[in-house]
Amino acid sequence: MYRTLLYLIAGWSGYYVMGIELLGGRLLAPYFGSSIYVWGAIITVFMLALSIGYLCGGRASLHAPSLERLAIILVAAAALTLPILLYGDALLDRVSGAIGDPRFGSLTAAMALFFAPTLVSGMVSPYAVRLLVADLRATGAGAGKLYFISTFGSAAGTLLTSFYLVLYLEVNQILLLMCAVSMAVGALVWLRPSRLRAEAGRLNADAP
Amino acid sequence: MINPRTSSWSWTFAGRAAGLALALWPPLIGAQEGMQLIHSERSQYRQVLVYEYTDLRCLCFTRYCTIGRQSCIDRRAPDRLVFEYTQMMLGALYLQPDPHDVLVIGLGGGTLPRTLEKLLPQSQIDVVEIDPAVVRVAQQYFSFQADARVHVTVEDGRAYVRRLLRSGGKRYQLIMLDAYEREYIPEHMLTREFLSEVKSLLTPDGIVAANTFSSSRLYQNESVTYRAVFGPFYNLKSNNRVILAANGALPTLDEATRNSRSFSAAFRGLGFTPQSVLALFSTRVDWNQKARVLTDQYSPANLLNGRGT
Repeated sequence: MYRTLLYLIAGWSGYYVMGIELLGGRLLAPYFGSSIYVWGAIITVFMLALSIGYLCGGRASLHAPSLERLAIILVAAAALTLPILLYGDALLDRVSGAIGDPRFGSLTAAMALFFAPTLVSGMVSPYAVRLLVADLRATGAGAGKLYFISTFGSAAGTLLTSFYLVLYLEVNQILLLMCAVSMAVGALVWLRPSRLRAEAGRLNADAP
Repeated sequence: MINPRTSSWSWTFAGRAAGLALALWPPLIGAQEGMQLIHSERSQYRQVLVYEYTDLRCLCFTRYCTIGRQSCIDRRAPDRLVFEYTQMMLGALYLQPDPHDVLVIGLGGGTLPRTLEKLLPQSQIDVVEIDPAVVRVAQQYFSFQADARVHVTVEDGRAYVRRLLRSGGKRYQLIMLDAYEREYIPEHMLTREFLSEVKSLLTPDGIVAANTFSSSRLYQNESVTYRAVFGPFYNLKSNNRVILAANGALPTLDEATRNSRSFSAAFRGLGFTPQSVLALFSTRVDWNQKARVLTDQYSPANLLNGRGT
């Protein structure tokens, strides 16, 4: 159960990042169009945020890592997505008005909207690897499986969002739904039965 | 719904003239009957191809034009409008016979701006095209020429419209939306918000003409979306669908008929009669009025297109 939760969090985080990236294109298009550089700006911001997120996640895992704290990271990423829903349009309107060049306009807007939640999402995988090390002691295989699940989650997030979800729901509804799932996964970790906490404690105690 | 850009009708017709087998799949026809590729380049967005076939020269975005032709000219009669949809788009002039400023979104081979420039000697024509390669190819192979009266901007159509609205300056008597293809509809340019922006860019007596590629399910959504923004509109259906809508009150069919007469001679020179287009004007509601309006938040136009009702 402990490991399942770890994998669930990593997989969901992967889904989450790609879901937002795809919908990000939707949000920017009314203001900057869907030119190739608009997608270039979005992908740049996500890659940059993820890369820094990996660093931060690794750092954060050095100090008393726990599943509970990992859940907080996941919920924080969701919370940082809410400003997109609340202030997205106002911000896009101002940025597109202020910056004439649509390349740097879309880069600035994507940075303002997506950098923070994506950075925090990027922290999840390395942090989860640290928790797995305590559990499995087989670092390479464990990390491999975790990255498999995380990236598989990204693939699922891309496909489900672009093939199906946009056909039934509004962009903001999908974003809200994804935030709600993150919150629910976080709550699951915090509210899980004490038996499972004991399991995690044992595993950590066994660690070298 | 079939449309000339996608159907193999005239290829097949030419095949018949050549006495060859009918009803072949278009790529086979192309490959076997000497469609000549005279230009090919990979642009930022797509493959831009120019083919020649009998007297036609066509701009395509797919090999052998399998998913349709963007634009064609008759090399023997360059003024002739090869596609019926271009003729239908000119029906907009029956509602606004003397537009001073015209905006065309989507250049293709440049047939529309080239024709409008000839028809309307007093007008200023602005064109927005997202793909710089298409502009080059239109100039090089389709005798499209930007000049003092025809101005081309390379930009996303929606970004252009927003920028112009924000600057608060120019307004148009006629806006033509020709940015849709059957294989790809720019979804941010088929939403209630976009059409409202287009409407705001029109003068009070302004007209919008849209060449759309909606079929089956998208037809319903597109119709209710235009209706939500413009109210009643003229729906011209043949192989293509062209929507003619007004910023103010929609001119009556009588007015359209009166205006059409002044174009008789000019349109005959382009290879059709004003009556043939006028006959297509319809205000009949033939869609599901409960269909979902497309918005910036809900715009799966490409997923809806081609799906069953």
